[in-house]
Amino acid sequence: MRRWPALVGLHLALGIVAVATLLPFLWMLSASLMPAGEASQWPPSFLPSRPTLENYRALFHRLDLGRCFLNSAFVAIVSTALALLIVSLAGYAFAKLHFPGRSRIYRALLTAMVIPAQVAMLPLFLLLREVGLVNTYWGVIIPALAPVFGIFMVRQYALSLPDELLDAARVDGAGEFTIYRKLVLPLLRPILVTFGVFSFIGAWNDFMWPLIVLTDDRKYTLPVALANLIGEHAQDIELMMAGSVLTVLPVLLLFLVLQRTYVEGLTMGGVKE
Amino acid sequence: MTAGGRNRVSRSRREARAGLAFIAPALALIAVFFVIPVVAGFLLAATDFDIYAVGDPATTRFVGLGNFATLLHDPVFWKALGNTFYFVLVGGPLSVAVSLGAALLVNARLVRCKGLFRTVYFAPVVTTMVAVAVVWRYLYHPRFGLLNQLLALAGLGPVNWLGDPRWAMPAVILMAVWKNFGYNMIIFVAGLQSVPATIYEAARVDGAGPWQQFRRLTLPALRPMLVFVGVITMVGYFQLFTEPYVMTNGGGPLNATLSIVMYMYKQGFRWWNIGFGAAVALVLFLIILVGTLVQLRLQKGRE
Amino acid sequence: MAAGDRPTHRLATPSIGCRWGALAAGALAGALLAACGDEAARKTKLQFWALGREGEVVQKLIPAFEAANPGVHVEVQQIPWTAAHEKLLTAFAGRSTPDLAQLGNTWIPELVALGALEPLGGRLAKSRVNPRDFFPGIWATNEIDGEPYGVPWYVDTRVLFYRSDLLARAGVKRPPRSWEEWRNGMRSVKALPGGEHYAILLPTDEWAQPVVLALQAGADLLRDGGRHADFKEARFRTAFEFYVSLFAERLAPPLGNAQVANLYQQFADGYFAMVITGPWNLGEFRRRLPADRQGDWAVAPLPAVTETDYPGVSLAGGSSLVVFGASPHKDAAFRLVEFLTDARQQARFYTLTGDLPARAAAWDDPALAGDPKLQAFRTQLEHVRPMPKVPEWERIATAIAEAAERVILGNQTEDRSLDQLQIEVDRMLDKRRFLLDRKSGGGGR
Repeated sequence: MRRWPALVGLHLALGIVAVATLLPFLWMLSASLMPAGEASQWPPSFLPSRPTLENYRALFHRLDLGRCFLNSAFVAIVSTALALLIVSLAGYAFAKLHFPGRSRIYRALLTAMVIPAQVAMLPLFLLLREVGLVNTYWGVIIPALAPVFGIFMVRQYALSLPDELLDAARVDGAGEFTIYRKLVLPLLRPILVTFGVFSFIGAWNDFMWPLIVLTDDRKYTLPVALANLIGEHAQDIELMMAGSVLTVLPVLLLFLVLQRTYVEGLTMGGVKE
Repeated sequence: MTAGGRNRVSRSRREARAGLAFIAPALALIAVFFVIPVVAGFLLAATDFDIYAVGDPATTRFVGLGNFATLLHDPVFWKALGNTFYFVLVGGPLSVAVSLGAALLVNARLVRCKGLFRTVYFAPVVTTMVAVAVVWRYLYHPRFGLLNQLLALAGLGPVNWLGDPRWAMPAVILMAVWKNFGYNMIIFVAGLQSVPATIYEAARVDGAGPWQQFRRLTLPALRPMLVFVGVITMVGYFQLFTEPYVMTNGGGPLNATLSIVMYMYKQGFRWWNIGFGAAVALVLFLIILVGTLVQLRLQKGRE
Repeated sequence: MAAGDRPTHRLATPSIGCRWGALAAGALAGALLAACGDEAARKTKLQFWALGREGEVVQKLIPAFEAANPGVHVEVQQIPWTAAHEKLLTAFAGRSTPDLAQLGNTWIPELVALGALEPLGGRLAKSRVNPRDFFPGIWATNEIDGEPYGVPWYVDTRVLFYRSDLLARAGVKRPPRSWEEWRNGMRSVKALPGGEHYAILLPTDEWAQPVVLALQAGADLLRDGGRHADFKEARFRTAFEFYVSLFAERLAPPLGNAQVANLYQQFADGYFAMVITGPWNLGEFRRRLPADRQGDWAVAPLPAVTETDYPGVSLAGGSSLVVFGASPHKDAAFRLVEFLTDARQQARFYTLTGDLPARAAAWDDPALAGDPKLQAFRTQLEHVRPMPKVPEWERIATAIAEAAERVILGNQTEDRSLDQLQIEVDRMLDKRRFLLDRKSGGGGR
């Protein structure tokens, strides 16, 4: 039929782009399984001659990257949990609770979004230094706990909650916090899951701030540990690739499992702007 | 006052109290960990607070706009500025174009397994930038890197990607586009799907070719998305840091990949010229602000 | 309100439970992590920052110290050289310095100016560490205004490592003794048949090589007690021009450290025949070069500008052990310093790393006395010149490398590059000038 060339051409193009997208990851995985030195041989090979887990073993035993993995997990989980709480409270309040100055404060927050985080970094470091939070997990976690973008997301979603439901609960004598806990939170679940995924992935991948705040290599999160590794082990390509696989795998898996929610959250933010 | 009225008053006061209480944690955090540092940043930018001052604050001197004057006379700053603009003005539109192209491909009617392709194209977005930069650093290796091997297959000479001042920034741009074209693609797909297929049918019946359909139907429908994507991409790209840090150890050959944020990081966190670093950060803020306003104004003008 | 009006209630418990569950899990994980770190809470815990390869290897010496000092537990943190200076300053700025650290001796003036280091004069007087045991030029780099702030751990200087077989094949009969001889030798090596190769590797992002050449030419780099830059004078220019010409003639590849995938591999392959590097590479070359290449490389002192001055001077480098002023365990930290600088430990450290002991006595140990490749270092150590002892040295050195890079990789002329370098370094020294003038204005000096 007339559609055959279009069909084939289309899928060919899609396929080529897919290969280009996946190729770096495939090479990363392949090189991580190569024995030391094989990735910088001439002529270079794409597949390992004999796949080995020695690089991963070195990461965990010699270089203690397992500890950094746990650090990343701790920071990401705690960050996400606390941010969910703070952001859901604030987002709901901006959407549904009437208090003096509500719209002015909200607009001020939105304009604050224009200011890049780098303006605050140097003074923030000095501030953390004064309160003794430099080189601590909390120094990494706390500054990121109230992202305005999250408040925006939750508020947008919360605007669509039915007022009648909330008013009915008030008539029934429920306190505001109870309403929030028992009624609003469950209704916000979809957006909270989306925000939770964003937040987790963002915290896991965060690099610049943990790099600045953490000086003790036992507290490093994975991205910082990986960047540190390249300082000493730039020669050991296979080792670095194993480190990259370790860093990338959790967020990739999380994404694959929760991709629909993640994507929905993105488009909602974009379309409804 | 009726009983209902009294209830309404106390209810709204209760609501107001709750509202303020609910936003309090967020506002407190933002005030302490963002607003105060930003204000302090403005103040620090007017001093020569440096590593000596970290040890002994009494050595600080007030320099007014001195830091900005030094900035404007520093050729390295201008290089960083130029590099950042290079990255934004070339990488930005390229990224948006690639995303749009991918969105059109993925959204085409004839495509099977749309979800699969979408997932594959989006995967690089969620991955950690440091890990990706590490991988691409090796992909760009002049002798053993995959990219030069592929070029060799096509008969083209090896390129010293990260070592040649002419190719270092294009190398970074290529990687950045690869990494986040999926993000903007998803937004475009949502926009494309909001256009009902019947409109395209009508256009085809009217004799419009695919390019005209694109220009007259698709682009206008995507306008709000283009603005959003454009601004988001631009703001993000101005903050270029991780890629030069990991791939070229900071500045690259002849500072070809030195970005504004990298320059700020070096001055502020490597040499502890805190006052000067704060001034650089303010310049970055100004640039992003102006860039955003310009983009929005351009869009408004076109409507 | 009818009971059926709240069907969503059923969903409430799992969702909230999930969230608090996650919070609890996170808190638990955090408590566990904190607890793991405090296992040996009853002992004195020393944080020791060691750099580069030494950081990996020193861990082997620690058990002996802990056995001799049962109340002390030492945690070694290994930091790559490329990040060390930054991390030290960050730790100082963030008030999170370790108890003791290995420090490049060129960084001592900087940290002393910041007030970060503990003066060791008093402790040294009461200890078995004797300043006269150490190479005098090296001990001097640890003293600021007569007060010692560090104890030399190992000495470092740069010498010429070369492929003896390739030089022989090119007709170069002996390691070069003058710049002229050196350049001719490099040209011969470059002219050898074979694939793409170079005569010498000079990573463009390293400052040691141009600085060594400048020191050899007799340049002082700074003037007026370190108040002003001095890069436009004739001697520095001579050295700068020589360095840059090696790249112009394609005798050295225009690569930075980041682009050299594997130094050892490429040396073994003959991609370059010479490299100026330090003693740690004695151990590394022996470890990493293939067995059939071990007979093909040798070490020689650096050539001088003219043959009569041979051997040319090199860096008076090395690492010292310092104790930080903010440490709560200064005595224990100093005991570790004494232990590591003990002659026997120094000899043992040498066998593990190839790092040269700062203590003269350790050189008599058979492991060192019997190693012919060490003779080059021994000779070179008698011809070293210190670098300017200003706190801004690290920044200045980086600027010198960048000035050379601009000429090598870009098309900036030497004049423009040196002009820019002069202005940059003068600006870096501005605060120092201000503080020095303020001190002398106060009638102190």
